[in-house]
Amino acid sequence: MSVVAEIVVVMLLLLGAAFALIGSWGLVRLPSTMERLHGPTKATTLGLGALLVASVVYFRMQLGVWTAHELLISLFLFITAPISANMIAKVHLHRVRTGAIGEPPGIAGPPPRPGGEGDWATFEAPRRDTPAATTSD
Amino acid sequence: MIDLALHLATGALALALLLDLWRLLRGPALGDRIVALDTMVINAIALIVLIGMIGGTDTYFEAALLLAMVGFVGTIAYCKFILRGDIVE
Repeated sequence: MSVVAEIVVVMLLLLGAAFALIGSWGLVRLPSTMERLHGPTKATTLGLGALLVASVVYFRMQLGVWTAHELLISLFLFITAPISANMIAKVHLHRVRTGAIGEPPGIAGPPPRPGGEGDWATFEAPRRDTPAATTSD
Repeated sequence: MIDLALHLATGALALALLLDLWRLLRGPALGDRIVALDTMVINAIALIVLIGMIGGTDTYFEAALLLAMVGFVGTIAYCKFILRGDIVE
């Protein structure tokens, strides 16, 4: 293995492990749930991406073959991480608004009510003729 | 040099998993526990990839890929259940 490739692999490994550790550290240390969501969804996903790129370079050097599995994993994770973060944020806001948990007052305050006569989507029953309403009959 | 970096990274990820476990057990909100579980799945994928690199085989990547997909579906199922009381409406 050439020295340059070795240095690249080592740098990527250390960077990825540091990002993953920082993400979990943020999950433990940050004060409120919405802030704690940042650690895993940004830092940890980025760290795993760096580790997977390190793995691609390592196996190219070690076995002489390109493996695409890692790229598939990182692509899938980078697509799904924002979706799961959105769902968890919705769960948290829903539970705060129903009064299931108390949230310490932050700078931004509670989220404002939506305009018009509608309510938040997590509270409303599925409307007629939408895909979510197919089981209501 | 690579061996040392691999073992350092494995240690860091083990520590990260312990921190996630602390948040999973501690709570306090339900959202925190779901975030902790999601992060544990991601860290487990990273550990599997590192174990594959230490062993020098690319056999483990299918396991990592499956874990990535199932972990995402699990997180979404938890969230849908809490939001709606029903997973598939």
